[in-house]
Amino acid sequence: MSLLSVQRLSAGYGHGDVLHEVAIEVAKGGVSVVLGANGAGKTTLLRAICGMVARRGSVLFDKRPVDRLPTEEIARLGVAHVPEGRGTFANLTTEENLRLGAYRHGRNQLEESYARVYQYFPRLAERRRQQAGTLSGGEQQMLAIARAVMSRPALILLDEPSFGLAPLIVEELYRIVRDINARERVGVLLVEQNAAIALDLADRVYLFEVGRVVLDGPPTQLRGDESLRRTYLGY
Amino acid sequence: MEAFLHQVFGGLANGAVYASLALALVMIYRVTHFVNFAQGELALVSTYVASSLINAGVPYWVAFVATVALSFGMGVLVERVVIRPAMRAPPLSIVIVFIGLMVVLNSMAGWIFGYDTRSFPSPFPSEPLFGNHYLASHELGVIGVTLVMLALLYVFFRFTSLGLALRAVADNPESSRLVGIRVERMLALGWGLSAAVGAVAGMMIAPIVFLDPSMMGAVMLYAFAAALFGGIDSPGGAVLGGFTVGVLENLMGTYVVGTELKLTTALALIVGVLVFRPAGLFGQPAAARV
Repeated sequence: MSLLSVQRLSAGYGHGDVLHEVAIEVAKGGVSVVLGANGAGKTTLLRAICGMVARRGSVLFDKRPVDRLPTEEIARLGVAHVPEGRGTFANLTTEENLRLGAYRHGRNQLEESYARVYQYFPRLAERRRQQAGTLSGGEQQMLAIARAVMSRPALILLDEPSFGLAPLIVEELYRIVRDINARERVGVLLVEQNAAIALDLADRVYLFEVGRVVLDGPPTQLRGDESLRRTYLGY
Repeated sequence: MEAFLHQVFGGLANGAVYASLALALVMIYRVTHFVNFAQGELALVSTYVASSLINAGVPYWVAFVATVALSFGMGVLVERVVIRPAMRAPPLSIVIVFIGLMVVLNSMAGWIFGYDTRSFPSPFPSEPLFGNHYLASHELGVIGVTLVMLALLYVFFRFTSLGLALRAVADNPESSRLVGIRVERMLALGWGLSAAVGAVAGMMIAPIVFLDPSMMGAVMLYAFAAALFGGIDSPGGAVLGGFTVGVLENLMGTYVVGTELKLTTALALIVGVLVFRPAGLFGQPAAARV
């Protein structure tokens, strides 16, 4: 049973397409990982799903076509996108950022949501009154993911959460993401360059090369293929 | 000493009006990154609407509330019809749109309401309030109305979801969409609010300077100076700037340059700020990564 089903999706920024007829699935509560080099179209895929770039093709979320909806309406349906560069509201406090995550629910269960999120990210509780722009890189990434959790989404799109962070922080972050995936029963579409750590989470892997899917299968398939393993996992 | 205090308090009253208009400028600047040159003329049209209502026999405070509501609608309409289609244009074209809007509104006001100077009533008694010697009751009333309005705005932006959403849009429109905020509606709301704030300022200043199509010219110059002085992206700075400019204007006019030349105070302040502290007192200096 698919939570997200992307078919023949093409997208670009006005100078020809970056993404060419891509097909991706995320199972309900599952984790699909998209791997690929810089410029392979991974970020564009996420942006196309959310309507942040011009796109053609079909995107079904929870059996509902969303490929013609504007970004904010897709978010309101329960798709939480943690964008490249984290997209925190730098001038607002940590708690205001979180509150905005829950914007689609109004005040409904706000306190419970804070409590849940602070359980995953106790560090954010200490920083709740601090301006988000003054948080460290790792904390900002946590805040971005926490904001997504606040919206009680059915699907989280994660754009390279490991980017620019120290390995220890990355490990901590991935442990929390795994936890969130399991406990919130939320589907995750994860885009990463750091293949090794992302694969541990995946139940399905897609390999992107210059805007096309060149491999689609379970993580074992990537691990089993020697040349792919060398290229993407480095061993 | 008496005369000095008189000038200071009188300056605070005018300053309250500058503070309101500067705040309206800042509110638009934060969501569009443009200075709304038409802010004063929007307030002018609002003041004419209020004047027409009052002349038609509507009680002052009813007319006041109706004008604020109508001005809100006018702000929303201007955003929808004029500004939104223009926002995709290059920056200089957008500046021209703002200036065009200013000219059109000003001409329309003259054409519809006439060019004669009208008096505009004050809702406050003509006797000084609380038997004080320094402030006419209208001046005290202006300060009071402004402070109430500022407090309401503060509560709105600080404590309501809608206010938070508006701040979010000013901070990061793209992320706002990602959490499901309907950004276009927030922009319209921002314009409506700033037009409503401007309307209050117009109705408060009109009894002092009289109502004619050029009423807002000098007032807006002080408001621009106030907004720049406080920092064009800082609401608190704009308010402080407004009161500062009001007092400075009166003191310079009385003791230094004389009343005829006191408008140059505003210009000097604008130039001074741009030269020595372009971000203003509380503004964030622009920084770019290269």
